Amino acid sequence: MEMQNAFMAFPWAVVLILLPLAGALSCFLFPRICRTLGLITSFATVIAVVGLGWQLLEHGSYRHAIGGWGAPLGIELYADGLSLLMLATTGLVGFAISVYSTTYFKAAVAIKFWPIWMCLLAALNALFLSADIFNLYVTLELLGLSAVALTALTGSKEALNGAMRYLLATLLASLTYLLGVALLYHSFGSVDITLLAKQIQATSAVWAALGLIAVSLMLKTALFPLHFWLPPAHGSAPAPVSALLSALVIKASFYIFLRLWFTLFDPLIDNEAINTLLGLLGCAAILWGSIQALRQTRLKLLIAYSTVAQVGYLFLVFPLSASMGSVAWNGVAYLIISHALAKSAMFLSAGNLLFFGGHDRIADLDRVVQRLPLTAAAFALAGVSIMGIPPSGGFIGKWLLLEAAMSQSRWDLIVVMIIGGVLAAAYIFKVIGYTFSPAEVAHEAQPVSATMQWSALLLAIAAILLGFLYVPILTLLGISDIIIASGARL
Amino acid sequence: MNPANFYALIGIGLFSVGLLGLIINSHLLKKILAFNIMGSGVFLVLVALARRAENIPADPVPDAMVITGIVVAVSATALALTLMLRVVSETGHATLPDEVEK
Repeated sequence: MEMQNAFMAFPWAVVLILLPLAGALSCFLFPRICRTLGLITSFATVIAVVGLGWQLLEHGSYRHAIGGWGAPLGIELYADGLSLLMLATTGLVGFAISVYSTTYFKAAVAIKFWPIWMCLLAALNALFLSADIFNLYVTLELLGLSAVALTALTGSKEALNGAMRYLLATLLASLTYLLGVALLYHSFGSVDITLLAKQIQATSAVWAALGLIAVSLMLKTALFPLHFWLPPAHGSAPAPVSALLSALVIKASFYIFLRLWFTLFDPLIDNEAINTLLGLLGCAAILWGSIQALRQTRLKLLIAYSTVAQVGYLFLVFPLSASMGSVAWNGVAYLIISHALAKSAMFLSAGNLLFFGGHDRIADLDRVVQRLPLTAAAFALAGVSIMGIPPSGGFIGKWLLLEAAMSQSRWDLIVVMIIGGVLAAAYIFKVIGYTFSPAEVAHEAQPVSATMQWSALLLAIAAILLGFLYVPILTLLGISDIIIASGARL
Repeated sequence: MNPANFYALIGIGLFSVGLLGLIINSHLLKKILAFNIMGSGVFLVLVALARRAENIPADPVPDAMVITGIVVAVSATALALTLMLRVVSETGHATLPDEVEK
């Protein structure tokens, strides 16, 4: 009993931030054992998420005033169902990628990878636990800088150019966001999201802040037409890094967008025009990203463009939030998690294929279905979720969005979503087709370790299993005192 | 116009000049300098707007934010410069290739 009380009272939220930071420092200080240290930290983070989840289930949403100083003066941490789901996704995907990375990186690169990846993990966890818009700025910067450093890890020409472009985009977005924060702080004298939400009014300064913050987060999330930086960065980074970037990093800025939109800016955005615009950009992203993916000849670029398309689906929540909002809301949460699992599985399989054949030209995949059956299976299963075929997490997410669109007779959005699904099927089957056919010129093949094959496959299986976890996930998502209280819209 | 709003407008002006510089210059060093100008603009807005009225003392919180912002800006600039040097040594020129969509 006492054990249980101690477990419940333990500040798991603080541990979630301090643990990976300590991990980063120790990986840096002890490079010889950095793999072991990183793997242990990554696993311990998953346990801390379980602890936090337990607290949330018992007591509802969680607030922690750091050092005993609450808002408005101090910094508060906040966790509810949505943050918990994001943390859990980060923990699981992060652990799988950690396991994969233990054999993927050679020692010389590993000593750089592990400290930066632990910094990235700390930034992600801190971001999902932040309760104020300035702290979100700091975590966004930490996230952006560590993501850029990881992109440049291999030091090849493409990776350096991709990382530089990514850095320029992410710094521009951060400064724009900070200007928005400055305007909001000036207007209301607080940066705490809950306090701001109570006071917000439709003044010109607030509209300017909304515009700045929205554009900044759209750039960070790579919403069409601000996606220009994503394919070179995600396409040229090492496979585990691409998986982290596509699965988790862009979701972090989308999470901030979602949270600010439905709590802070909620009174302002009854305005149809903005939601329609976001919906239009989402549709354009789905079509453009899918068509570009279909045109690619290299596997990693194909997967990167597929991310551009899938980001489009996330933004459809905004035009659909007007009525029956909770259906669209659940749908988007489902899509975030299932895309994270499926896309990381896809990038890790692409990494295996790259390791195996020394290239990622789709036309030269050379019968990998027989030679690397586990990896081919991982790619195909992840593809099922990306296409949105039942039973998979991607299917549930897209189905919920379709249901919300049908109840509002938004046939335009329904048509785009269905076309997007067909195009996704086309680009995924294009890859799967080439896995059966022999290449014209045979290549030397490198053996791929079982660890790398299984971690990709298990992530893909998780993306499918997500389709059966409808009730528990929606129960977790329901733990909130901000989103539901913010009005009848949701 | 009171001095606070004047400085805040200058800050917005700096931000815009930096943004323009970022877009029209292709040399990476000029782009990095443009970021620093944009950053200074944002910091000036924060500090200038800390005084909400003539007769009450200025709010100290924005100063703390600016200090945090400066620390972030220094680290970001250091990373950007290092990356730029690597790009130069690898490709031979300090610009990014034009084609974005391949």
